[in-house]
Amino acid sequence: MLRLEARPAPSRAMMFASPLIAAAAMLLTGSLLFSFLGQEPLHAFYVYFIKPASTAYGVGELLLKATPLILCGVGLALGFRASVWNIGADGQLTIGAIAGGCVALYFREVDAAWVLPLMLVAGALGGMAWAAIPALLRTRYNTNEILVSLMLVYVAYLLLSYLVHGPLRDPHGFNFPQSRMFQEAALLPLLVEGLRTNVAFILSLVLTAGAWFFCSRSFIGYRMQVSGMAPAAAAYAGFSEKRNVWLAFLISGATAGLAGVGEVAGPIGQLQPSVSPGYGFAAIIVAYVGRLHPLGVLLASLLMSLLYIGGESAQMELQIPSAITGLFQGLLLFYLLAADLFIHYRFKPAMPVLHAVPTTD
Amino acid sequence: MPADQPRLKMLGICKSYPAVVANSDVDLTVMPGEIHAVLGENGAGKSTLMKIIYGVTRPDAGEMLWDGRQVRVRSPAAARKLGIGMVFQHFALFETLTVAENISLALDERVTPALLGPRIRSVSEAYGLPVDPNRHVHGLSVGERQRVEIVRCLLQSPRLLIMDEPTSVLTPQAVLKLFESLRRLAAEGCSILYISHKLDEIQALCGKATVLRAGRVSGCVDPRRETSRSLAEMMIGKELPTCHMAPRAPGEVRLAIRKLTLSAADPYGTDLQNINLELRSGEVVGIAGVSGNGQQELLKALSGEVPLTTPAAVQLEGRDAGLLNAAERRGLGLCFVPEERLGRGAVPDLSLADNALLTGYVPESGMGMVRNGLIQASAVREFARRVIDRFNVKCGDETSHAGSLSGGNLQKYIVGRETLLTPKVMVVAQPTWGVDVGASMLIRQAIIDLRDQGVAVLVVSEELDELFMMSDRIAVLADGRLSRAVPIAEASVDQIGLWMSGNFDADAIVADQGAGNHA
Repeated sequence: MLRLEARPAPSRAMMFASPLIAAAAMLLTGSLLFSFLGQEPLHAFYVYFIKPASTAYGVGELLLKATPLILCGVGLALGFRASVWNIGADGQLTIGAIAGGCVALYFREVDAAWVLPLMLVAGALGGMAWAAIPALLRTRYNTNEILVSLMLVYVAYLLLSYLVHGPLRDPHGFNFPQSRMFQEAALLPLLVEGLRTNVAFILSLVLTAGAWFFCSRSFIGYRMQVSGMAPAAAAYAGFSEKRNVWLAFLISGATAGLAGVGEVAGPIGQLQPSVSPGYGFAAIIVAYVGRLHPLGVLLASLLMSLLYIGGESAQMELQIPSAITGLFQGLLLFYLLAADLFIHYRFKPAMPVLHAVPTTD
Repeated sequence: MPADQPRLKMLGICKSYPAVVANSDVDLTVMPGEIHAVLGENGAGKSTLMKIIYGVTRPDAGEMLWDGRQVRVRSPAAARKLGIGMVFQHFALFETLTVAENISLALDERVTPALLGPRIRSVSEAYGLPVDPNRHVHGLSVGERQRVEIVRCLLQSPRLLIMDEPTSVLTPQAVLKLFESLRRLAAEGCSILYISHKLDEIQALCGKATVLRAGRVSGCVDPRRETSRSLAEMMIGKELPTCHMAPRAPGEVRLAIRKLTLSAADPYGTDLQNINLELRSGEVVGIAGVSGNGQQELLKALSGEVPLTTPAAVQLEGRDAGLLNAAERRGLGLCFVPEERLGRGAVPDLSLADNALLTGYVPESGMGMVRNGLIQASAVREFARRVIDRFNVKCGDETSHAGSLSGGNLQKYIVGRETLLTPKVMVVAQPTWGVDVGASMLIRQAIIDLRDQGVAVLVVSEELDELFMMSDRIAVLADGRLSRAVPIAEASVDQIGLWMSGNFDADAIVADQGAGNHA
């Protein structure tokens, strides 16, 4: 029988190979699944993974969808490195969207260049404020931040729903639960004419670079990493646990808030009852598939974005249920965690056969 | 069965782990009624061999003969069925249960605790190991807990008892009592495998010794006919190194502990009661005591990891430091080597260089590792390389992960790091726990060198020999109370041992106030 044994040192090769193995295993399982659904696997894969990215417009859509994932994922990755479990990025994204949206609606008559930056700042602050609640409860009352941040997601959804059904509803919108469309000055400029990708993508790249610098060069980043890896060592060195929790929540809250503004000031262009199909949750997978490394998050976001878009494409062309997207996301994470085992462990070579002796059991 | 039939015979035992060969072609023969020492440094393969005998680990190759019959022991339960009992170095007892309940859980037969009571009493009295079956374990001292473990083994009337480093948790007096019990047991025909690295104990107790070095048997001798030196040479392959300490007059008070009283955060921790101590520049004060008597609590109160409420309870260089956190105290010149190396003194998954930054970031240390909030990678690497060179740390280079180093090498690295940060006050906990003899001497010498440079050094250790070797004064921590610090020339092992068991006589306490003024 195969047995596992600990490697003397974590395998670097496996660290890079593991996401690839996970992706391969996901594709393999996916092909089984497609054949059960009566689809030709190769064609289904083409429709799912290649066709969406085969046109310029498709690539634009890919980057557009990747943007909120990058923004949320980078922030979450920084927090997860510090062992602070913010599961509520989707809520922080929603509150960020509300805050940015309120600025846009309040200054709807203004056509000035400062509206958009102000929206972004408001969105980041909104996300931070929402993230501050679990941080405060954790540092003050030692509550579990996973539960608090998760439950606040649903509070945020309901708050947005209330606002677009009530105070922020478009008076000329035939009673549809949505706000006015934002004016031109409150919309993110497009990068290339004809594509929907906007400057939020550039912002996400800048933030990724900033996060990479923060992790590798700044002392605060180092402190957060130590707090995550070995809390007793952090206490020994004199790094404050409370500051660690606050920083992790504020950073991930701010980036999630930005992602929210990116959505409402980007492809959506107004406040709607729902502004995110669960980017904040998908970003958790993105953060782990990306090895909690900013550059890894960037690549993982592109992959995840492809899963979303491919899912839509498969839904339309092959009449496959939309649940397939979630299924692929789950498969990817599942296989990644399984493959990660082999970073620290390996199969033990078969044991030499001992000569037969009476045994005692 | 012939009388010269060995009780246990191990032949050609081999066991390797991914990174290390733990046992290589090891033979071991134990006669009935023999007290047989297995001697070796940490990492020599003693524990692996015992785990193989007790069925915890399976060997890659080799045979085991029990009363001349070949057996393969697949589990500890199988070992117990054969009549093998083992007392581990670290006890596995439930704190919230009574002695009888604990033993009842550990026995293979199903007996209710109530029925066990009388049996526990009779066995414990017969072998001079008094334990009350109805007491809760959390109220027991470490020595009493060990007795519980031994009694648990004795209830199964073992024919071979394995004792893994049993004296590391005992006072000198308790060691003598344990030896009496073991001799009585051996006289009744039970074989005893006694694992230790303490030469004097083995010479006092054992009639036979198998010495292991780097996984191989380097000798099988009668320890009473050997000298400590010849045993040590067998054990480490060369002459036992020594460390050198010249007398020196201490200077001004660097660290003062005044009326420090602290309730433990852990419900089973030890409360500190009115602790007073003055530590001067250029002296080493040793704190003896069996662990679990408040060492953890005292060290955390000194390092700042546990916040205090009274500013004057800890004073560094005359400044009240009680309210300061660990980082601020480091800023005042305090350096600290904790007893847990992995996860506290060092982060296992970070490189040695990154681990240099762990405490080297303090601006007052003058290492310039952090400027404007940014890590100065070259300064960090350079410092790490200095530590590795100066303390002869065996590792790849400064990019090796801390977790990949052996315990001794990592300890050298941590002690080296704290030493090179130019401390004014150095606190060291268990400097040589799990460290081989050669590295131990290097670490001790480094600590003495610090003292010679005028640093005030506090050493907390369980090893009395070590404290007598390197202290100018020695105090005892027992039940959360600290005795006065006695100049080493006036201290005797008997006296210190008595205090370690919590028997503070008038001499231990009354002179408290004068303790700091003797110099």
